[in-house]
Amino acid sequence: MNMALNNTQMATFAARGFLRFDAVVPEEINHQFLSDIGDVSPQPDTVKGHYANIMRSSVVPLVSPGIKLSQAYPPSNALNKLIQVPQVKGAISSLVGVDPVLDHHFLHIAFPPNYWPEDAPAQRSQHTHQDSTIDPRAAFDIQLFYFPHDVTANMGGTRFIPGSQYRRVSEAAIARYQNIKGQQHVVCTAGTVIIFHMGLWHGGGLNKSEQLRYMFKIRLCPSERQVRLWDMNEAEHAQSARPIFWTDGSNPPDNLHAILTNPEPWYEADTERLEYINRVKFWRYISGDKNFDADYWLTRIENDYV
Amino acid sequence: MTASDSNMRQQVLVLYLQTSSLDSPVVAWSQYDGTAEQLFMAGDSDKPPYATGLHALKQGWRLFQASQLNPHNSGDEFQTAYLKYEFFFEKWLPQQ
Repeated sequence: MNMALNNTQMATFAARGFLRFDAVVPEEINHQFLSDIGDVSPQPDTVKGHYANIMRSSVVPLVSPGIKLSQAYPPSNALNKLIQVPQVKGAISSLVGVDPVLDHHFLHIAFPPNYWPEDAPAQRSQHTHQDSTIDPRAAFDIQLFYFPHDVTANMGGTRFIPGSQYRRVSEAAIARYQNIKGQQHVVCTAGTVIIFHMGLWHGGGLNKSEQLRYMFKIRLCPSERQVRLWDMNEAEHAQSARPIFWTDGSNPPDNLHAILTNPEPWYEADTERLEYINRVKFWRYISGDKNFDADYWLTRIENDYV
Repeated sequence: MTASDSNMRQQVLVLYLQTSSLDSPVVAWSQYDGTAEQLFMAGDSDKPPYATGLHALKQGWRLFQASQLNPHNSGDEFQTAYLKYEFFFEKWLPQQ
C-alpha cells in the first residue's frame, strides 16, 4: 500500500515542522512494545532503578549511529513493526528516502511523583530546546515520536512549538523561553506518531499523573538527496502566483501557497516574512525547482541586475 | 524600601513582543519568583500574563532591560534564530 505523503502534508511539514498521525500504530504493536520494556505490571521504583532495569533487559536494541534503519531492528521486534506501519513507512520514505540511516533512538520516560524521593527538589518540566547542535545543512533529519499508550493532559506530553524548525539556535540556549504563544502539548491516544523536523523546538512536560509516561524517539537521516520523494502533485506545485495584498478575500486553506505563508501566532511581525522565505527555500530544496515561489517573497528580492 | 534591602526579593518577568515597540503584543513569556511564592516552569501556561509590554508597566512592573536592534550580517539576513524583542521587568517585594 502506497502511503506516501501528499502535497498538503508535505507543505504542512515545510511550514510547521511536524506531521501528526493519531492512533496509526495497531494496539497489538503498542502492547508488545510496552510488554517488551517491562511495563506490564509497573511497581513504584526509583528513576534510576527503572531505567537500569529496562536497559539491562535489552529489549530496545543497542544500535550504533550510522546503521541502516532496515538493519536496526530484528523482524519480530515491536520497533520493526512500528516502522512498517504503512502511514509511518510512507512518511519516512517521503521525508528521508527509502533507505535512511538511524542516528539514535531513546526511550523517554516521564516519571510520576511517587518515583521521586520525598526530599528531592520540586520536579520541573524539561526546558525547551532544539535537539543535537547548530545544524546549518540544507538536508534535514526527522525524529519519530512514538506514544505507545494514551497520553492525558496531566501526564505532561511533549510540548512543541509549531514553525520553529528553521530557527538556528544552539540546543538549550532557548531554555529561557518558558512559554510561547501557540505551543502545543501532546495529548493523544495510544499508537500516535508525530514526526518532527530535526529543528523543531520542544521539551518534555511534567508528569502529574500516577502513571509512567513513555515516548520512544527515533532520529533518522537521509542517505540520498531529498528531492521529490513524496507523492508530488506537479500541477499544484506549478500553479501560478495568486494575487497578493489586494485580493478578493478568498484563501483556500489547502492551497500550497496559502499553507507556506500561514503564520504562527508567536512570530515577530518582521521575522514572519523571513519564515515564509525559509519555507520557500525548503520547498525549492525538496522539489528541486529553484524558481518556485509563494506569494513573490523570494522573487522580489532576487530581481537584481548587477 | 529599596532594592538593596536584605529582606527584599526580586521577581522577574520576561516578555517577548511582536515588534521592538513596548506596546506591541506578547508572543512569549517567562517568570521567575525570588520570593519563592510561586514556581514557574516551561510550558506552565498557554495564555500570556499581559497583552503587551505596556500592560505590564501599568501593573507595576519596572522595565530594566530591552534587546538591542542590531544590523543584519551580510549573507545571513534571512536566518531566523532567537526571539528578537526581549524585555526584562522586575518587581521587588518583601520576603514573607
